[in-house]
Amino acid sequence: MKLLIEHGRVIDPASGRDERADIAIAAGRIVSIGRVPADFDANRRIDAGGCIVMPGLVDLAVRLREPGHEHEGMLESELQAAASGGVTSLVCPPDTDPTLDEPGLVEMLKFRARQLSLCRLFPLGALTRGLQGQALTEMAHLSEAGCVGFSQADTPVSDTNLLMRALQYAATFEHTVWLRPEDAWLSTGVAASGAVATRLGLSGVPVAAETVALHTIIELVRATGARVHLCRLSSAAGVELVRHAKAERLPISADVSVHSLHLTDVDIGYFNADMRLSPPLRQQADRDALRAALADGTIDALVSDHNPVDDDTKNLPFAEAEPGASAVELLLSLALKWGHDSGVDLVRTLARVTSDPVRVLGASLGTLAASAGRLVEGGVADVCVFDPAPTWQVTRDTLTSQGKHTPFDFAASGTALPGRVRTTVLAGGVSYQANSR
Amino acid sequence: MLSRRNPQLNAHGELIHLLSIEGLPREVLTHILDTAGTFLSVNEREVKKVPLLRGKSVFNLFFENSTRTRTTFEIAAKRLSADVINLDIARSSTAKGESLLDTIANLSAMHADMFVVRHGESGAPYLIARHCAPHVHVVNAGDGRHAHPTQGLLDMYAIRHYKRDFTQLTVAIVGDIVHSRVARSDIHGLTTLGVPEVRVVGPRTLVPGDLRAMGVRVCHDMAEGMKGADVIIMLRLQNERMTGAMLPSAGEFAKTFGLTPEKLALAKPDAIVMHPGPINRGVEIDSSVADGSASVILPQVTFGIAVRMAVMSIIAGNEA
Repeated sequence: MKLLIEHGRVIDPASGRDERADIAIAAGRIVSIGRVPADFDANRRIDAGGCIVMPGLVDLAVRLREPGHEHEGMLESELQAAASGGVTSLVCPPDTDPTLDEPGLVEMLKFRARQLSLCRLFPLGALTRGLQGQALTEMAHLSEAGCVGFSQADTPVSDTNLLMRALQYAATFEHTVWLRPEDAWLSTGVAASGAVATRLGLSGVPVAAETVALHTIIELVRATGARVHLCRLSSAAGVELVRHAKAERLPISADVSVHSLHLTDVDIGYFNADMRLSPPLRQQADRDALRAALADGTIDALVSDHNPVDDDTKNLPFAEAEPGASAVELLLSLALKWGHDSGVDLVRTLARVTSDPVRVLGASLGTLAASAGRLVEGGVADVCVFDPAPTWQVTRDTLTSQGKHTPFDFAASGTALPGRVRTTVLAGGVSYQANSR
Repeated sequence: MLSRRNPQLNAHGELIHLLSIEGLPREVLTHILDTAGTFLSVNEREVKKVPLLRGKSVFNLFFENSTRTRTTFEIAAKRLSADVINLDIARSSTAKGESLLDTIANLSAMHADMFVVRHGESGAPYLIARHCAPHVHVVNAGDGRHAHPTQGLLDMYAIRHYKRDFTQLTVAIVGDIVHSRVARSDIHGLTTLGVPEVRVVGPRTLVPGDLRAMGVRVCHDMAEGMKGADVIIMLRLQNERMTGAMLPSAGEFAKTFGLTPEKLALAKPDAIVMHPGPINRGVEIDSSVADGSASVILPQVTFGIAVRMAVMSIIAGNEA
């Protein structure tokens, strides 16, 4: 299959390229950017006039809910949602049921994703067996099966000794450990501590839940030299700790979710359970600090924190509702909105969802590390073509995800989102094509 | 469809549900209190009934046990001539695994006109109001830590009855504020009705500083909290909070924040003492204070029935 994406504005954040160019693709790879070889005979042409052509998005936090929660999301529905959002690579956490602590499970997931050809799937293995925080998993085996790192998902390790051993062991094989900085004892509440939670009578999660955990993790990184990726920062104080740790050149990176980047606890309104998220939405000053940190690079990547939840587990009183929201297909629009609101230029905005997350993944991507999240001649042809002009309203019907809950639902948010994906190309094949054009 | 408009009010600003005192205009509160005043006399007649809700079905949905509040709602509805159905849901359908919204759908199909809801989770009545049929009215009879608006309104009624003018008062609310839906409803009522100083008094574990955002003064010292107060509202200390991470013991709480005659003497000479009941004698309140001349705890109960009649008759007369 030979593909020609023509007349588009090509932006490659990694190289800073931003120009009108045609992209020729053959055998899953980019043949040329700019001058199309005279003998290139395309089977299919994609007219990207008025559109931006960028590397496929890389989302570091997407829950597929399979295995174990198929009623809330299936591999196929969620990978389709990813493709419709221009995402070509995603990282999924290990908190499936059973958890990803067995190489066989990881191989099965990777195999099924490959067959679907909708999106590249990079699983994180469980850091401890069953995520129970008691015994290490077989990291070497899991890594061979395709795990790109090891994680506790949303279940913090409360045994500090075990956490230190896990970091030491992972560091032996140069694996990155992905940790949500959250103290198990301080995080039993359902909304961020503060005036809103107090007024609504919702139990609070104090900022200290994040900073206490960050202090512990940063201290253990100092002691072990392990590489740690900090998932879903939520507070201004947390950002400050990460900023200092990075200034010290500790081997850490960090991400923030689209929810924490755009929303605050005030958006809970009259107990809107779609705002029940983990980590909880915090205050305006926290949101401002997260936005600034993403702009200045203290936070490396923007992630969707996609977690499809069905009606039965969401249409409940706020505290009983399951945390999470469908978001992978909104990642690009919400990145664009942040860039626009914060005065960050387009190239840097798009870097936070392409080349920067690839840098977080680093060598764990193997041969893909050189070209994923980028547009390079000879590299893999993972491409997203989007129209920056239209704004659109998110509703239950516009969501591809099996989960139909998002805080950005127009009925609740009243806000339209910018940018619409037209075409997604995965390894040289079209994984998504919008209907209208 | 989730509206950002206050879900208790219709497009004309009329009360269709009572979910919280927060966000209700002063005129709405005053109208409820005035209406309650007219019902007080009904309750003193030999035939204690008016036909305002004749033919209407009021369902008491108590997802959390409460004999006292349920009984006062039942009496209020019956005095308005409604048919009252009590459902002790804590022991029936949800125990069989039925979801909250399925329960509501089933009861709506039985042509309910009003749900009186008590639930252990903050915000549950909002979910019910959002999903029930448009003609059904919802009264919050206490949700988690969030709100207990009829208790708040009866407290406002009692304060107005004894003190007349809200705009000159100092009101102290004492005890476990953080877990108290009564405290939150009282704070919203008092600030809306123009009380210049509302104090919340208790140890830092039970009285978080975030409460200041609700327009109150936070006191961690009982003497400071009592000084010059016109109204003292003591809250019930739940048994499960008496020992553990929040408080070391009931005895220590009684010593530091319990209302004794000595502490009461710091308030204004004509101060009144209120309590939503049931009281823990010797814990948050000394028997001599609870039974003393400053106490209006029993009149509160009488006012409670009139206030609940007022709320039910007002919302039943307004259409979504």
